[in-house]
Amino acid sequence: MKQDYTLTVYAEDQVGLLSRIAIIFSRRKINIDSLNTCPSEIEGIHRFTILISETEEVVKKLCRQIEKQVEVLKAYFHTNNEIVWQELALFKLPTQQVAEKMIVERVLREYGARVVVIRNDYTIFESTGQTEETNKLIELFGNYGLIEFVRSARVAIIKASDGFHKKIKEFEASEPHELTAINEYLNEPDDVFTL
Amino acid sequence: MDTLQQNATIEQPADTAAGKKENKTVELTGAQAVIECLLTEGITTVFGYPGGAIMPVYDALYDYTDRIQHILVRHEQGSIHAAQGFASASGKTGVVFATSGPGATNLVTGLADAQIDSTPVVCITGQVFAHLLGTDAFQETDVINITAPITKWNYQVTDANEIPQALAKAFYIAGSGRPGPVLIDITKNAQVQKFEYEGYKRINHIRSYRPKPVVRKQYIEQAAELINNAKKPLVVFGQGVILGKAENEFKAFIEKANLPAAWTLMGLSAIPSDHPLNVGMLGMHGNYGPNVLTNECDVLIAVGMRFDDRVTGRLDKYAKQAKVIHLDIDPAEIDKNVKTTVPVWGDCKETLPMITELLEKKENPEWLAKFAEYRAEEERICIEPEKHPDSEIMSMAEVIEALNELTNGDAIIVTDVGQHQMVASRYAKFNHSKSSITSGGLGTMGFGLPAAIGASYGAPDRTVVAVVGDGGIQMTIQEMGTIMQFGAKVKILILNNEFLGMVRQWQQLFLDKRYSFVHITSPDFVMLAKSYGLEGNSIDKREDLKAALKTMLDHDGTYLLEVKVGKENNVFPMVPQGCSVSEIRLQ
Repeated sequence: MKQDYTLTVYAEDQVGLLSRIAIIFSRRKINIDSLNTCPSEIEGIHRFTILISETEEVVKKLCRQIEKQVEVLKAYFHTNNEIVWQELALFKLPTQQVAEKMIVERVLREYGARVVVIRNDYTIFESTGQTEETNKLIELFGNYGLIEFVRSARVAIIKASDGFHKKIKEFEASEPHELTAINEYLNEPDDVFTL
Repeated sequence: MDTLQQNATIEQPADTAAGKKENKTVELTGAQAVIECLLTEGITTVFGYPGGAIMPVYDALYDYTDRIQHILVRHEQGSIHAAQGFASASGKTGVVFATSGPGATNLVTGLADAQIDSTPVVCITGQVFAHLLGTDAFQETDVINITAPITKWNYQVTDANEIPQALAKAFYIAGSGRPGPVLIDITKNAQVQKFEYEGYKRINHIRSYRPKPVVRKQYIEQAAELINNAKKPLVVFGQGVILGKAENEFKAFIEKANLPAAWTLMGLSAIPSDHPLNVGMLGMHGNYGPNVLTNECDVLIAVGMRFDDRVTGRLDKYAKQAKVIHLDIDPAEIDKNVKTTVPVWGDCKETLPMITELLEKKENPEWLAKFAEYRAEEERICIEPEKHPDSEIMSMAEVIEALNELTNGDAIIVTDVGQHQMVASRYAKFNHSKSSITSGGLGTMGFGLPAAIGASYGAPDRTVVAVVGDGGIQMTIQEMGTIMQFGAKVKILILNNEFLGMVRQWQQLFLDKRYSFVHITSPDFVMLAKSYGLEGNSIDKREDLKAALKTMLDHDGTYLLEVKVGKENNVFPMVPQGCSVSEIRLQ
């Protein structure tokens, strides 16, 4: 059964890796619903958060193919139940409409939105939440002459008490994780090779 | 110039270079550094073709021709197939030089071939000046993105200082774990840039890369237990045994418990053809016994193979009754096509002896006798009529049989793609590993001749026979010019049936004999060879076969022999597409 899966990929930061990861999906004609990439808390390591809708079997194979890329340390996948996830949205509305028609206080309280910018011509609201919550706001703001809207990719964090940080540290540690090869060079970071 | 190079080389002798920190530096251009790095890496043969964007590297090469042999091919596709042949015959990494734009795009077929067949190759391509990247400059193409899905790794160098590290990483990645092709694209400014060369340092670690998964003991134990309890065990093995240099470990493994072992096309020659436990080839044109008995065995032990669709036939009817043990160095292969009962991740050179140690000695006489029974039936219905046809015109199989008698199974057989490839793989005899070289996964017509040229440089003491069809040879026939110029010793055996035979066979069997563009004409191959200064002969009579083959093999140098064979012969047995392996047809 197809459902939402959030893939979390830790990789060395290198030009071209995004393309290498993207073609793993496009080769199998799988659409990426959202993708976020940013530096992780570990130096030199980037974190990709990729949202797709697929079966577990396909997702498992995709993760193995992603891990096969030289620069990738680990790839994990989770269902929506296993993660806490959010997306950020920005809405630009005509200030006149906001001032005259909208009950701004209600919007801020009920939807947890914030006002970021107020100008004579427009006002920008920001909200953080899940897709449905953002969708509700789009609907609401539609009544007030929404000028422009944008939302970010999903970011997610796992619910399990030990997070990715520990797993990645284990991957890199001299005491090898059961998935990793023994590597004496990890005790000598100067000899660890990066381009 | 001379002192510079000598300094650089003396500073970094091949055997002491790794791991030592050198403080002495020497000023080199990026291009000179490329050559110095290759020498330190132990590379002495390069296949390539010059062009605008790689000219600085060729200019540097000019001063090193006493230490590096450069084979000028006639088309870049030829260079990468030659590098593949070199790698497969020698077990080392093949190296290719090509220029930007069309030079690089001409490598694409070979890269895809090397990727799917796990061949270690490093391609060094020139690229336009860094400031011209993305401007649609002359001979500019985005080779990094074009080759991303068909390389194990690729990298663009825009600064000479990156060259030693990039090449060290390239050779490490290409040759370690599951091998594969790597492409390094070097912009022209980096090639001409002078920099302080600190020597070439081999690497054996990359932060994010784990070429060998850790072996898990519990799986070794579970695997051994399954095999010990098996009544009908069957081993299916692939190229992983050869790539892992684990031929002896594999033999010890199957011999201890008398396990029948069947090979995939890429696993051919890992164990000798006449080994009593070698039960033949798997898959679409494989042998009768191993295909049928795949669906009868109780434990299927896959070693260094990837369950290609040509091996498994219809997947939902493949070995469903069996428990599957899968040994592979690439975790992505486990459970990719066939669900595994026990996954044994790791290098089979390490994992096989661990399992062997836990195996109980066994004879399996009844189970082995079954393979012999199927073999006898295949001999009677299929093999004998192929080897001794009652037609006047020769069959491909009898040509290969005659070749076996003369080579005693000691030659390297390089094949192209099509009917002749299947017949050669089925009938050729092998005594030594790394002796069958073919395009298995990609099925690249035109692979045979250039790969054979490369193999002759990779294994200069061995006889190399390129068994090719009349279609495939015409795709890369220009490489006879390479032979003419550099004197490679290749025996070119063309099996000419005047058809693109494999497609014709399918059209005959499945498309009502609608022969749509499968009839193909050929030039006078012997005259063509002569125009390249090569000896040759063409025969169509059985009584001339042995003498003609002997002349070909005895000739000191390249020799082309065209043998005219039956036009509408088919390759059997055959598992029709979409059918289960046990539905294999003998005729």
